[in-house]
Amino acid sequence: MAEAAAQAEPRTPAERTPGTLAESVRAYRLVVGMWMRSTTVYRASFVMTAAGNFAATALDFVTIMLMFSHIHALGGFTLSEVAFLYGTASTSFGLADLLMGSMDRLGERVRDGTLDTLMLRPAPVLAQVAADRFALRRLGRLVQGLLVLGWSLPRAGVDWTPVNLALLPLTLLVGAAIFGAVFVAGGAFQFWAGDAAQLQNSVTYGGATLLQYPPALFSRELVRGVTFVVPLAFVNWLPALHMMGRPDPLGLPGWVDFAGAPVAAACCALSWLVWRAGVRSYRSTGS
Amino acid sequence: MTVNGSAEPVIAVEGVEKVFDVRRKAAGTLRRERHQVRAVDGISFTVPPGEMVGYIGPNGAGKSTTIKMLTGILTPSGGRVRVAGIDPSRDRTRLARRIGVVFGQRTTLWWDLPLRDSYQLVRRMYRIEDARYARNLDACVDLLDLGPLLDVPVRQLSLGQRMRGDIAAALLHDPDVLYLDEPTIGLDVISKAKVRDFLRTVNAERGTTVLLTTHDLTDIETLCSRVMVIDHGRLMYDGGLDGLHAVGESERTLVVDFAAELPPVQVPGARWVRSEGPRQWLAFPAGDSAAPLVTALAASHPLVDLSVREPAIEDVIARMYGAA
Repeated sequence: MAEAAAQAEPRTPAERTPGTLAESVRAYRLVVGMWMRSTTVYRASFVMTAAGNFAATALDFVTIMLMFSHIHALGGFTLSEVAFLYGTASTSFGLADLLMGSMDRLGERVRDGTLDTLMLRPAPVLAQVAADRFALRRLGRLVQGLLVLGWSLPRAGVDWTPVNLALLPLTLLVGAAIFGAVFVAGGAFQFWAGDAAQLQNSVTYGGATLLQYPPALFSRELVRGVTFVVPLAFVNWLPALHMMGRPDPLGLPGWVDFAGAPVAAACCALSWLVWRAGVRSYRSTGS
Repeated sequence: MTVNGSAEPVIAVEGVEKVFDVRRKAAGTLRRERHQVRAVDGISFTVPPGEMVGYIGPNGAGKSTTIKMLTGILTPSGGRVRVAGIDPSRDRTRLARRIGVVFGQRTTLWWDLPLRDSYQLVRRMYRIEDARYARNLDACVDLLDLGPLLDVPVRQLSLGQRMRGDIAAALLHDPDVLYLDEPTIGLDVISKAKVRDFLRTVNAERGTTVLLTTHDLTDIETLCSRVMVIDHGRLMYDGGLDGLHAVGESERTLVVDFAAELPPVQVPGARWVRSEGPRQWLAFPAGDSAAPLVTALAASHPLVDLSVREPAIEDVIARMYGAA
């Protein structure tokens, strides 16, 4: 350590940089700006994929509506209540996917060695990878989630007390943070497993689909898994059930419904550690 | 900028190692065997500011691995690395402001955007002041003939144009050290010459320290006063280019076209290698002059044509390695 201290030279003011978070946001915006410019080169293609994305996710909910034309309740939940679950899960996931969805492309950059070029820039690599190939078309999923959520709000039987009013935006942000953490950890996992994108997708995309339905539909083991192992239940199930005044299937104590924020913070911290370990074990490729 | 002989080295490498764990399927079984590959196996050297060093060796010798440790991309398994006083793997982002890197086979430019946009990103990422940015960009544009290319999308550039664009991108923030990994690979003769001229100018005018890997001996001959040879992760040679030929006992080849088919000729100072019709190949030490040989040959036989082939760097290294 003494040697390290002797080596550390005093930094000149020009060299001093703001905190890592501010630097990350700055780098993220710069890289996103470049990708937005790149996509506007192919304007027609952008418009078509954005519309296609919106249509594809919209069909998702149309499927649920069709289902309800034959049944009145799904796992004891009405269409409006399912729409509330669907809306919260889709909005959280859409937000995380828009901001961090590129993490699953990391495997490609690790395999072909182009991560090198990102590591040579004086900016946090995580921010650059998250912004890599930023695609505004992913806005489609977020918009669709918000529309379904907006439709369900007056219908899902939620008593809009001040607590519930505050819990809703918090839930959406906590959900996005949890999905974001899964994106980062899943991306970092690709430092070791060349192509783990599908594993990550099963948790992110699969998880988002799971959360669109009432937990009563699934086995207790699965519900337990997404509560305690990959804490996706905190994305919307626990807080949404609380808002709709329904008991959670695992019969957890009431305060757990409000534990989303610390759980999300823990997820983010854990995924950051995984990411750091991943970067340190990066092996690059050939010449 | 003048080079101070007593200056602190800008690159200091001490007993550095990089060991990779490799998993391979064992023949005939499904089990995977783990074994270790020592890509860099205890290398030490220092580079004073302003020097241009060639770093050569066969494919897989550990050149790129060394450069990646010098940039902080890879964390060494052992030993000590300092570049501009910074530990690269620990303080990679801070080091990034002090170094410029060009990977010949990998571009940092934005494929779909005009060259100018990539430079704007560099300006913002490195927080280069406007005046300095304008000055550096002007210098690069001027010396590398980038003027007509600035508004062209990178995907429309030729390989040589793109390489020049990449080199400029690596120099806009005035790095102290420039690493070039195969900067002339795949370029035509004119593009190679342009790149070499530019590097020489940058080194002379800005005092930028340059470390370059290459397979092209001409790069080394025209640019570097010092050459380091690496093979199997170990430094085999570190010194001047002349010394390399002496150590490698390398030979040049005199190719002679005689007027008629002849039996193998005997000339003092040369060794007959082979014949093909009226053409014969004679080898002689790389340090010797070809003139006495030519005189002796012309005195005894009528000659049609002559040429001298320089030793290929690979052969020199191969012979060195064989001798070690």
